[in-house]
Amino acid sequence: MGTTASQLSKESLSEYQELTFLTKQEILLAHKRFTELLEKHEKDQIDARVPMGKIITLPELKSNPFKERICRVFSTSEQKDGSLTFEDFLDLLSAFSDSATLEIKSHYAFRIFDFDDDGTLDCADLEKLVNCLTGETNDAKLSSTEMKQLISNILEESDIDKDGTVNLSEFQHVISRSPDFVSSFKIVL
Amino acid sequence: MSTAGEQDAGLSLQEEHESKTHRTKRRDGDRQKKKRRNERRKGGTRAGEGEEDLQAVSEKRERSKRKRAKSKQETSRRENNEEEEAQLTGGKGTKARKDIRNEKTRRMEKEEVREVEENVDKGKKKQGSTKKGEKKEDGGKQLVKGKAREVKKKKHKKAETRYSEPETSEEDDDEEEDNDKDVVRLECLSPEELEKLKEAVDERKKLIQSLRGKPWAMKKKLVTLRESQEFVEKYEGALGKGKGRKLYAYKVLMTKKWMKFQRDFENFKTGCSIVTVASYFLFLRWMYGINMILFGLTFGLVMVPEALMGRPYGSMPRKTVPRAEEASAMDFAVLWDFGGYAQYSVLFYGYYNNQRTVGWLKFRMPLSYFLVGVGTVAYSYMVVIRTMARNANESGVGDDNSFNFSWKMFTSWDYLIGNAETADNKFASITTSFKEAILEEQESHKDDNIHLTRFLRVLANFLVLCCLAGSGYLIYFVVRRSQKFALDGLENHTWWERNEVNMVMSLLGMFCPMLFDVISTLENYHPRVALQWQLGRIFALFLGNLYTFIIALMDEINLKRKEEKIVKFNITTWEASLYNGTVSENSTASPVTIHPADVPRGPCWETMVGQEFVRLIISDTMTTYITLLIGDFLRAVLVRFLNYCWCWDLEAGFPSYSEFDVSGNVLGLIFNQGMIWMGSFYAPCLPALNVIRLHVSMYLQCWAVMCCNVPQERVFKASGSNNFYMAMLLVILFLSTLPAIYTIVSIPPSFDCGPFSGKNRMFDVIHETLESDFPPWFSKVFSYASNPGLVLPFILLMVLAIYYLQSTSKSYREANVELKKKLQMQNEENKRKNKRAALKAQMDLEEARMTAQEQQRNNNASVQDQESGSLNSNINKEY
Repeated sequence: MGTTASQLSKESLSEYQELTFLTKQEILLAHKRFTELLEKHEKDQIDARVPMGKIITLPELKSNPFKERICRVFSTSEQKDGSLTFEDFLDLLSAFSDSATLEIKSHYAFRIFDFDDDGTLDCADLEKLVNCLTGETNDAKLSSTEMKQLISNILEESDIDKDGTVNLSEFQHVISRSPDFVSSFKIVL
Repeated sequence: MSTAGEQDAGLSLQEEHESKTHRTKRRDGDRQKKKRRNERRKGGTRAGEGEEDLQAVSEKRERSKRKRAKSKQETSRRENNEEEEAQLTGGKGTKARKDIRNEKTRRMEKEEVREVEENVDKGKKKQGSTKKGEKKEDGGKQLVKGKAREVKKKKHKKAETRYSEPETSEEDDDEEEDNDKDVVRLECLSPEELEKLKEAVDERKKLIQSLRGKPWAMKKKLVTLRESQEFVEKYEGALGKGKGRKLYAYKVLMTKKWMKFQRDFENFKTGCSIVTVASYFLFLRWMYGINMILFGLTFGLVMVPEALMGRPYGSMPRKTVPRAEEASAMDFAVLWDFGGYAQYSVLFYGYYNNQRTVGWLKFRMPLSYFLVGVGTVAYSYMVVIRTMARNANESGVGDDNSFNFSWKMFTSWDYLIGNAETADNKFASITTSFKEAILEEQESHKDDNIHLTRFLRVLANFLVLCCLAGSGYLIYFVVRRSQKFALDGLENHTWWERNEVNMVMSLLGMFCPMLFDVISTLENYHPRVALQWQLGRIFALFLGNLYTFIIALMDEINLKRKEEKIVKFNITTWEASLYNGTVSENSTASPVTIHPADVPRGPCWETMVGQEFVRLIISDTMTTYITLLIGDFLRAVLVRFLNYCWCWDLEAGFPSYSEFDVSGNVLGLIFNQGMIWMGSFYAPCLPALNVIRLHVSMYLQCWAVMCCNVPQERVFKASGSNNFYMAMLLVILFLSTLPAIYTIVSIPPSFDCGPFSGKNRMFDVIHETLESDFPPWFSKVFSYASNPGLVLPFILLMVLAIYYLQSTSKSYREANVELKKKLQMQNEENKRKNKRAALKAQMDLEEARMTAQEQQRNNNASVQDQESGSLNSNINKEY
């Protein structure tokens, strides 16, 4: 441990503890991991940004099909490039942590799935989502009729007000009944 | 601690800086608040509070920035000025009342300032701890300070959230001063204002609590948090009065600590989990918790008191190994079978004495034994039913299948997956599940040869029934045979013949499910339904086996009781002969003392039952572990290493790696628990054994899953959230308590062993206690309460309540559907309305434009007439 090991002050640590679902150890670990991603000269800056390209190389995110979406959702960058500050990173970990509530998890899940950021899941979003879930390989892809069938089935189930899209409250309604969403929507460093 | 110290040392410089700014900020904040409060008092409402806060924050920041630039003296001077300003603005309304207070606050403020100045004089880096007068070198000092601060922080949770300065003693002083001021001020507050303040504080607290559940960016959260915390801490300590305040602070501290502890504990509890099988381990952990409590009950209230305060080993016949068995009582083989010394110990029912009280505590041993037995069952019922109710709440109103596709879509990805291989597997399984679901959806609309499927299903059920009956008969046969062996004497038989019953049961439990699996392919059910059928069948198999076992045990109990009668008769004649002998030989001699090991005794059927259960558990555990080692580990090793020199691909082909069978394992666990419930009355050691077993299997299975299993293709969730398993558990609980209760109520206990010996029935211990330990009116009341005239109406009432609740829930469900429909309708209507409104707006717009153009046309020269005309026509066309 050197001087660069951790620069979190006690005060901000306790504040982060208060504001996230993470424990002290987890925050410290997150800070350590985050500073590893930073360039040398950035290590002293408080709101240094790590570009998305680096974040998604984290082993926890590497094989996640939504890794880029996750970065974009949690990024507060003005350029919309998906780069994360440490606080954004903590937000991410908090939302994916064990003790986060269903509400917050489903909120972020919705934003992750909302590929065009328009506040609803429409057919295009759902199609992209299916493609993400079935992987990149071509043979795994669903045919267009299958896709149509699938999306219409989904809308039939969860689009309660029948406006052709799934909005946040409908999404949360569906998710809240799912037995294993909370346990699977988790990332642990 | 040491690392923290290091960090502190490393960070000290930064902190110094921060702390300085922070302190000024804080003092400023305090002043700001004073001002705010004064303002509020003036207005008497909370109306513009939010605005004020925002203002306050921005002002605060600005000021602190400015302040940093200026020199210290100036700052303090300005502070004084500001203070006065604040007082001036604040004091307009109630000046007379406040004059005294202002004086006081001013004085304190000055004191504070003086302190600051003192510190400044001491040098820039030496803040705080001036009162302690430490004369150490800088570096060391900071380290010490850091540590001291940490200690302080633990003591003063309040300080932790609020202060960041490396001050120790000063901190306290500040706080006290603040509080004093608050008190002074609060005394002049009217009760309504106090109420309002309280409300505001509560609101802030709630905000802080819920802050982490808000999907905001961290910056926003931070700002809000700081603001609200300052507000809360300013006022909440002050709201209490005098001593109450300290108590309050203490309470706050304790609740905070308690919450932190709970959070840590939660984190600890969810230690390792592998995703697809996590549900099994969650269930295992849940069971472990229950068993811990059962173990605590039996261990703390039955085993320990008897071992410590009861009469020691060898003092009476029931606590001594009989003479005939003494030679082999310490052999491992005997101990492994829970005979010998193990049999005559606190582990089993027979060891307990029937003396009413034990030890200097006058502990009611038999009563305790009985109540623990009842309590175990009652507690288990309570937990299971409560969990079920909670799950029912969580899963909402019934219909599990309604979001099949959406769940597949939205919740199937597992974010914990961290390596590419697993991710690929997951992609593939998700794709197939999508395809399957689509296919099913298509198939559900057309039906194929229904007669054939029906026939096959009937056939499959017939085959399963045959299996069940066969296995039942096999067990019955084996148990009867083992009784014959037992009569012959176990020593004359081989190991297999001695352990036949347990082995056969374990083997049946292993192979029958496979058979069922094969049979179920005939039926062509939907996988989920098929799995439920499969589980139901295995359940029936286990249950059948267990009950045949119990019936056989009942036979044995009856045999033992016959034996007991003979022994009892023999004992009386033996005692008589002994007595006669002594009388005839020497009438004055003291009564002959016979070593307790030599006293003839009856066969203690309760201990026998307990032993059977313990053996069953042990052999079951062993089979589980051995199958784990051979079936999973050895197979995995062979597959991996033989794969290099084999003619076909072992990993992808026939043997491959084993899957972790979540549902089967959960069922095993449930049955294991059933046996515990059934046997724990006669063998108090069972919960302890089970705790050990669960603990070991948690880690062993965890290891096996990690290193030699592949995730299951189809996953059936088994955590506490699944009421299917909970229902099974409840059924098992009921069915396993049934025989235990039957034996307790209907069979008289053995005459010479156990805590209830000499009584006609085991529950007589209650009567006895009622009569001798309670005042007579109590037993009278009890007898009235237990009379059928009261009990029957009570039961009737309960049934009515259940009926009422059922019907209300039904109506709620209907209302739910109704509301859904309404929502849909409303939405459609809204859409229509919106469309109409949009149309109208468009028309208005067109009209306006037309009139504008007309005006323009009138004004303009005739050259443009043509153009506008064409435009107009265009618009008309568009329209």
